[in-house]
Amino acid sequence: MNRNRRNFLKAGAAAGAFSLAGFPHIWSKNASLAFAQDGEIKVGVLFSLTGTTAIIEESLNKATLMAIEEINADGGINGLKITPVVEDPASDPATFAEKARKLVLSDRCVSVFGSYTSASRKAVLPVFEKQENLFWYPTLYEGRECSKNVIYTGAVPNQQQDDFIPWLVEKFGKRWYLIGSNYIYPKEENNYCKKLLEGLGAEVIAEEYVPLGHSEFSSVINKFRSEKPNVIFSTVVGDSVVALHRQYRAAGLDPASMPMASLTTSENEVAAMGGDAAAGHFTSAPYFMVFDSPENQRFVEAYRSRWGGDKVTHFVSESAYFQIHLFRQAVAKLTAGDIGPLAIREAVKGEEYKAPQGLVKVEPENLHCWLRPKIGQCKADGQFEILTQSADWLEPNPYSAYPNQKCTAEGLREV
Amino acid sequence: MDFVVSQILTGLSLSSILLLVALGLAIIYGVTGVINLAHGEFVMLGAYCAWLLQSQFGWSLLASLAVIFLLIAALGWLIEVAVIRHLYDRPLDTILATWGLGVMTQQIVRLTAGGELRYVQMPPSLSGSVNILGATDSAYRLFVLAVALGLFLLTWCIYRYTSFGLKLRAITQNRAIASSFGINSARAYRLTFAYGAGIAGLAGALISPLKSVSPEMGTTYVVDAFMVVVLGGVQSLVGTLASSAVLGETSGLLAYYSNDTIAKALVLIAIVIIIRFRPQGLFAPRVRA
Repeated sequence: MNRNRRNFLKAGAAAGAFSLAGFPHIWSKNASLAFAQDGEIKVGVLFSLTGTTAIIEESLNKATLMAIEEINADGGINGLKITPVVEDPASDPATFAEKARKLVLSDRCVSVFGSYTSASRKAVLPVFEKQENLFWYPTLYEGRECSKNVIYTGAVPNQQQDDFIPWLVEKFGKRWYLIGSNYIYPKEENNYCKKLLEGLGAEVIAEEYVPLGHSEFSSVINKFRSEKPNVIFSTVVGDSVVALHRQYRAAGLDPASMPMASLTTSENEVAAMGGDAAAGHFTSAPYFMVFDSPENQRFVEAYRSRWGGDKVTHFVSESAYFQIHLFRQAVAKLTAGDIGPLAIREAVKGEEYKAPQGLVKVEPENLHCWLRPKIGQCKADGQFEILTQSADWLEPNPYSAYPNQKCTAEGLREV
Repeated sequence: MDFVVSQILTGLSLSSILLLVALGLAIIYGVTGVINLAHGEFVMLGAYCAWLLQSQFGWSLLASLAVIFLLIAALGWLIEVAVIRHLYDRPLDTILATWGLGVMTQQIVRLTAGGELRYVQMPPSLSGSVNILGATDSAYRLFVLAVALGLFLLTWCIYRYTSFGLKLRAITQNRAIASSFGINSARAYRLTFAYGAGIAGLAGALISPLKSVSPEMGTTYVVDAFMVVVLGGVQSLVGTLASSAVLGETSGLLAYYSNDTIAKALVLIAIVIIIRFRPQGLFAPRVRA
């Protein structure tokens, strides 16, 4: 009796182990080895459609889907249709990680396009590194990251600041007030800004951080009044930026003598604060909606006819759009059987594309993009006037504030 | 000199916003004892009304203030009738119910008005700045200060000099005995709740040109309002006035010498310490138990 039961258990366990680790595993592996199947290739689209950052991420979702539709309408990539799998991570980093795992493991997506905040990028990073998949991140960010599994198509600090800071120093003066929200992005941007200012002989009279979501700037504005800086370098984000601009205007300060310079105020933020409050201030970005190029004209027209005539495009939705086209070019170089995340990464290295902002290129060493920074001044109608643009595209250097570190194809190197 | 003046003005401006937001809460909490966690949502709805009236119907902010007060007061009246009055003797349930109402309101606004940040245009007549003893301050902020003080005075007069105020004070001290003297306490509670909600709505409308308008904006204000009420002493209108003045000036001053993050933390620590030694708040009225 006893023996029988033991045998039975043993057999059951063996069968169980076999069935778990045996056939189905080999099977599923065989069946899904190819990422391109049945004439389609699956990609994940991971932008929050609900929650606090949904407003901005929704526009990224729209730009991404529009680019995919364009490619499919054009016959796909070598006859393969792109099938987007859209997930809503609800502005929550933990949900981002969970949805990323789902897209990579159960949907077997060959790449995932998504996320806006640094917190959500950091949350999905381990998924892509562990599963050797590929993540495409369209947002400008603070740099200091060197992953082999992320293609970064937004600007890093040196690309937004190298032209901007000297230009502002020359035009307005050397007394700078740095104000930012209290988290990693503003601190890293300020690190690089301080380095540039030091080289220019300019002076940082204050560096201050307010809590995320802070909306009462009367003390800060009082300090602007008494310190009289030449430039206010603002890395304040979210609804705080609306409050800061509106209270700056209510206080009767003058952008002509004490302008705010921002790296994050796009057409989108301006729409939220009102053109009257934004007018006269400066932003540095690779793309503005008013930029005059045939590619941009096409982009803006297509975006508005697809999603509504009152919609604005901005520098993050532009990267969300052109990164799909970089993806297309990379996949087009591969034969259907070879298509996989790492093959796409190798194929996209050095790839160039004529984006709405101008010609861009993926840097083979660090997988960031060569971009074309511009300086814009906001006008009362909510659009920018482009004052200068860099003569050539600018190399991405995610470790620009840390000269002894360099991101290379082999990973981070100390030099 | 102008530095001292502008520092005082900054503090007063902070105080006026605190007072506006806390006044409605102090009235409701003081009289009915309801801990209204949906208070921030009344503020938010007031701001959205201002936005709606301005963007859809072209009303200027000043013209729409009275309408906003009436709208939000009516809403408060409805909520009292539908929910709060069934829960007067169950403080924990009111906390849960008002919190739930707050969450629902946020989502309803998100679904109808959309989640994008909105702004309200400042009245053109007040968009300049004014010179006071060598210091410049925004005319609009001074206007908000004046309105806050005016509302406080009005509320205090109602409380002090009208027969309705007398009844309120009687109910506040002991509801059962006041009722036995023929005071309709249910009606008094309803009007108090509506009035408190209306003032919160006004607060939202008045601060909307200075801040961003979003479905979640109420959450920060409800915390500030509770801070003011707890520090000032429940059931004390003068305490609310004094504690918003103290909190505003202190955080203004601390923020000037350090920054807003540290100021907020220090103010909270100070409140915790004060409450430890004076749990009844700074200005609790002496009542015979």
